[in-house]
Amino acid sequence: MTVRLPADPVPSDASAARRRPALLSSRLVLGVFLVLLLVVPAILSPYYVTLLNYIGLYAMVALGLVLLTGVGGLTSFGQAAFVGLGAYTTAALTTATDLPAWLAWVGASPWLTLVAGLLITAAVAVVLGSLTLKLSGHFLPLGTIAWGISLYFLFGTMQSLGGHTGISGIPPITLFGRALDDGREIYYLIWAFLLVAMLTTHNLLDSREGRAIRALKGGRVMAEAMGVDTARARMVIFVIAALLACASGWLYAHMQRFVNPTPFGVHIGIEYLFMAVIGGAGYVWGAIVGASVITVLKQWLQDLLPQLLGSSGNFEMIVFGVLMVLVLHRAREGVWPILKKLVPVRTAPKTIDTAAEPLPRRTLPAAGERILEAKNVTRKFGGLVANDNMSLEVRAGEILALIGPNGAGKSTMFNQLSGVDTPTSGEVLFLGKPVAGHNSREIARMGMSRTFQHVKLLPTMTVLENVAIGAHLRSDKGVLSAAWRLDRAEEARILKEAARQIERVGLQDHMFDEAGSLALGQQRILEIARALCADPCLLLLDEPAAGLRFKEKAALSELLRKLRAEGMATLIVEHDMDFVMGLVDRVVVMEFGHKIAEGLPDEIQNNPAVLEAYLGGVD
Amino acid sequence: MDMSIALILGQDGITNGAIYALLALALVLVFAVTRVIFIQQGEFVAYGALTLAMMQAGTVPATVWLLVAMGVLVTVFDAGAALRAGRHRRAAAVAGWNLIYPLALAAIMAMLPVASLPLLVQVFLTLAIVVPMGPQMYRLMYQPVASAPVLILLIVSVALHIAMVGLGLLFFGAEGQRTPAFSDASFELGTLMVSGQTVWVLVVSALLIGALYQFFERTLYGKALRATAINRVGAQLMGISPALAGKLTFFLAAFIGALSGVLIAPITTIYYDTGFLIALKGFVAAIIGGLASYPIAALGALLVGLLESFSSFWASAYKEVIVFTLIIPVLLWRSLNTGHVEEEE
Repeated sequence: MTVRLPADPVPSDASAARRRPALLSSRLVLGVFLVLLLVVPAILSPYYVTLLNYIGLYAMVALGLVLLTGVGGLTSFGQAAFVGLGAYTTAALTTATDLPAWLAWVGASPWLTLVAGLLITAAVAVVLGSLTLKLSGHFLPLGTIAWGISLYFLFGTMQSLGGHTGISGIPPITLFGRALDDGREIYYLIWAFLLVAMLTTHNLLDSREGRAIRALKGGRVMAEAMGVDTARARMVIFVIAALLACASGWLYAHMQRFVNPTPFGVHIGIEYLFMAVIGGAGYVWGAIVGASVITVLKQWLQDLLPQLLGSSGNFEMIVFGVLMVLVLHRAREGVWPILKKLVPVRTAPKTIDTAAEPLPRRTLPAAGERILEAKNVTRKFGGLVANDNMSLEVRAGEILALIGPNGAGKSTMFNQLSGVDTPTSGEVLFLGKPVAGHNSREIARMGMSRTFQHVKLLPTMTVLENVAIGAHLRSDKGVLSAAWRLDRAEEARILKEAARQIERVGLQDHMFDEAGSLALGQQRILEIARALCADPCLLLLDEPAAGLRFKEKAALSELLRKLRAEGMATLIVEHDMDFVMGLVDRVVVMEFGHKIAEGLPDEIQNNPAVLEAYLGGVD
Repeated sequence: MDMSIALILGQDGITNGAIYALLALALVLVFAVTRVIFIQQGEFVAYGALTLAMMQAGTVPATVWLLVAMGVLVTVFDAGAALRAGRHRRAAAVAGWNLIYPLALAAIMAMLPVASLPLLVQVFLTLAIVVPMGPQMYRLMYQPVASAPVLILLIVSVALHIAMVGLGLLFFGAEGQRTPAFSDASFELGTLMVSGQTVWVLVVSALLIGALYQFFERTLYGKALRATAINRVGAQLMGISPALAGKLTFFLAAFIGALSGVLIAPITTIYYDTGFLIALKGFVAAIIGGLASYPIAALGALLVGLLESFSSFWASAYKEVIVFTLIIPVLLWRSLNTGHVEEEE
């Protein structure tokens, strides 16, 4: 059985009809687009078919940048060099006459050289990626300029690649015995490549790996805490973008039947980035829009301006540059979101398959078993001792509160326990194993899940998708199965689990809202749902009740009690004493990095040291 | 290679390196204060050099008309807004700097026999024309999107770079120019002949770096820029206007760019599009400094200059490849020193 959930609180039919124009089905719009693509070569002159061929080739590279830059937040100016790798590989292999025997068979067919080009590009991308991707965002664009230029000069200076004159006489691609040596024929191949690339990219973004990729921009710390290997995810999109560029270069070489270094320079690499940003860097369709806008505009300016101004200067560059700036002043998100408003397409709400098999669960340790133990943890920042010889333990089926005045070192302690930071000395045992110094991913895999004092979620993704990130480690379908939709059974299980946790914390009315639209208190609750989605045995909550209203606090208390009854171990840092004292089993009080008291809530409330820490000494 | 060739190459490398150091400083400054990656830095270099060359050829430099055009736009926007707000003095000041000043400069160009003026006066006039384009550019192109993500600012820079190269071709034509040296003197240093221009480049670079240091350490505006670089919102709350900080930064960057252009024009032939590669080498230096450290960026610039001149001797075809692949080991070294996962913008 499948339940369809509305995307937002259902308005009455009449007002809904008044507010929105009649929406078109997305299939209809897509169908019209495909039919247009199919008949266009029969209608248009060869000039326009060539233009469309270029748009297709450019859009493929821009699509890689949508994934890499728009979604993943990694800016690259060097994509043209990858296009060059694809083009030069096939050009060199298919035209060479004196290849050694072990290599000569590759040059026999362009399809083999495509494979060779993809392999070479992937290898180069992995090497360049491992050198540059670890750097923070601003170095990357500059680094890509550097290797973009280096590869370009290499193409031009290596005599075996024809130097600046290039390589000519490249054979056409043969498909089912038919040589595609005409613009109209290769048109279909180019657009088929592009459409497949768009389909698989779209599929990828709507999957487990896709959520991890979308978390790269602005959510890396959170994603790592949920077990996402963000360094690997960055490498994945970098390689995918390079492969798309390489395929575009392969098609280009066999369309032109000639290559020279010019189209692979860093200026063209910059232009690809333009296409992605102008089209709408966050959207798959932005790639086509951007490639079309830039290609047509440049062509048009080149034809029109000399007529208009009566002389042939380089006016098109000037007008083009200024126009781009003006577009960005008016539409930072690019052109695609504007187009989307003009053609209102109905978006089907995500469905949650309640019949999906539940995700496997971990067996919780028996109540009373020691889950987390910190022994003499000390953390120094220079001369400041933020945590001094702190010890505490949390047992299964127990809620421990860590309280203390502002600046007592609670959050630092939290970071030592969860692997965000490494203690200067001391030991942290989780399920009996030392975890100090391990990264947050390994710790998450062992069954510790946390929320953040400063909420970390992805504001433009829905509540459901945000919570689903929590289940990252409970599933394992990778990029390829996501691209070809072989992951749907697992995806249904993930979404069902996410929906279950959302209902459990009481956010079911907001399941399809953007997470950024929730109130702060609700965002904290969302974080708890996300943490629960990881099926942890230890929950670390950093000020979960801050910003909650009275009833919401009561509901949160209820939830935490229920979890405790199931055997969950919980450690909370909290300032709200009413909330803490009525809920927790034991309390640890910190001040100036030390533990000043530990005990039952009642004892703590009457402990003179604690009273002094909170209320000041009585002179 | 014998010692004398090595010394000559070293001299070339250090001269170019000093220029790259200046450009790297400007790039670091602009990025730190405004988050703009200042790709057009190179065009300011070319505009500076070629404006001077046009003056020496006896024609009115076309760049002055660009200054007038941008001044008109700024006046329309800012003086208009000030008038509507009833701030007449502010409107007058805007019009004075953006309308009267460029027109007066154009009039001076048209009336004075600029080609026969002393070189230093020509240099001063060149700077007077090119440098104000920096703040004007910030006002017109960046201020409306000042809060946008780094990517958008970067794309704006790239678009402006393209437009400025196009304008450069229009203004200066496709031919390269070389201006006469500032001094014909040369000094003998052991076996090495040091040209007067080299001394000029080194002395001016050192003076400029020293002056910038004083500016940032001692003056209120310098401190305001540093505060903005460290914490934009905090600085704004303390009353430092982000628009002013942006314009001031672009003023300094344009000044450094144009001055660098004037300094190297006697050493290398400058074409309308030469600036890009020169600025990219400044980038390489800035990257070595991590876009944050001025002294390391300056050292990196010297390294880039030396590497360039020595590789042009040994493997001139691969000169650019060698310089730009220098980045890779630097990046590698930096990435090995980056520990925990960091959040980015």
